[in-house]
Amino acid sequence: MKKIHVTTTVNNDNVEFLCDPRETLLDVLRDRLNLTGAKEGCGTGDCGACSVTVDGRLVCSCLVLGAEAEGKKIATVEGIAKGEELHPLQHKFIEYAALQCGICTPGILVAAKSLLEKNPDPTETEVRYWLAGNLCRCTGYDKIIRAVMDTAADMREAS
Amino acid sequence: MQYHRPTSFNEAAALANQATGETRFLAGGTDVLVQLRADIVTPDTLIDIKSIPGVGDISQAPDGSWTIGIAVPGAEMREHIQLGKDWPGLVEAMDLIGSTQVQGRATLVGNLCNGSPAADSVPAMVAAGVELSVTGPTGSRRIAAVDVPVAPGRTSLAKGEVVSAVHVPARGKNAGDAYLRFIPRTEMDIAVVGCAINLTLDTDGTVTAARVALGAVAPTVLLVEDAANALIGSSLDEEALNRLAEAASAACNPISDKRGTVEFRTHVAGVLAKRTAKIAYARAQGENT
Repeated sequence: MKKIHVTTTVNNDNVEFLCDPRETLLDVLRDRLNLTGAKEGCGTGDCGACSVTVDGRLVCSCLVLGAEAEGKKIATVEGIAKGEELHPLQHKFIEYAALQCGICTPGILVAAKSLLEKNPDPTETEVRYWLAGNLCRCTGYDKIIRAVMDTAADMREAS
Repeated sequence: MQYHRPTSFNEAAALANQATGETRFLAGGTDVLVQLRADIVTPDTLIDIKSIPGVGDISQAPDGSWTIGIAVPGAEMREHIQLGKDWPGLVEAMDLIGSTQVQGRATLVGNLCNGSPAADSVPAMVAAGVELSVTGPTGSRRIAAVDVPVAPGRTSLAKGEVVSAVHVPARGKNAGDAYLRFIPRTEMDIAVVGCAINLTLDTDGTVTAARVALGAVAPTVLLVEDAANALIGSSLDEEALNRLAEAASAACNPISDKRGTVEFRTHVAGVLAKRTAKIAYARAQGENT
């Protein structure tokens, strides 16, 4: 099958790849670009483990084709830390032990960062609704929600 | 699978018209790509219509009517303050679909053309009197949203036809819309019953025009004229609301499935119609609900 040539930006790096028309952005990130932060949980847009942003909009990368990345700006969990310096959300997730197996964590970090960029002062209800598409089968969510709320408070204070 | 990225609707329609086998248009992909991934439908031809100029725009004409591009996702509708003031029911119905991630991609036209009887935005579009521009191999036409679904998973669109714009009427004065659905949880579920109501009042608060649409209670969305007539001429008194509920329930032709029985859906349609009407009425009176 004829492969499609795609030029795009991932975490501010210019990248090019060839992909099959049926290949998802998640497949491309993991298998062609070696960015394995985004996880495949369900593969059908239900679990959020593959969350990335495309032109600043939070999406499931399993429901985006690699070919659709042409000319877009993709951001993944790998771009959240600045080198060795973790993002405040990452610090809080460690502090609160807001993870166990960690499969959902990259998607939740990407989704939570996206929320705080739009709404620096969310209510707990707003955090819970925003993250409703990110399933976690370990934590029961409580620590995740508290970590996000506390990060938001810290970031407001710092700004 | 052939992947195309046309830059005009005429080109998209021509591609679809020439294609053989399964053809799908790709905008948000929250149904098309799920079906692809789950091996339910593997298109031979996939036509990505997001490179066509204007498909991501929301614009208001001088007469107050709105045009929503076919690739505008729910998240963009939700963030559009004036659209939400004019048509809160339509925006809320769209916003109920799926997660934040799904909202980043899912579109009104996708929800309509997927053909699910339980689609949340479809009753809201029907109640609002939304029309679609459709581009086909031999030209364009305009069609009411209510006339698009013909059966579960099937639309009235012919081979080579593609929806090219969504037209929402001008809101007008003393008017409001609302959508409610019943689900057994608070988020991330499919409607057991959905109800959208769009009301126009005179200055005394008497209903002068009404549209009542029901979802998930028949093979396709229902526009229930008897239910609308129950409200017209009333000030939404208890008697009118009871007539509305009776007419809504009488129109139901649902199935029993894991989400709800025939009896439950029929009853809930009436209950939801009353609640929805009250919200639409309050909005028409200028309340910010």
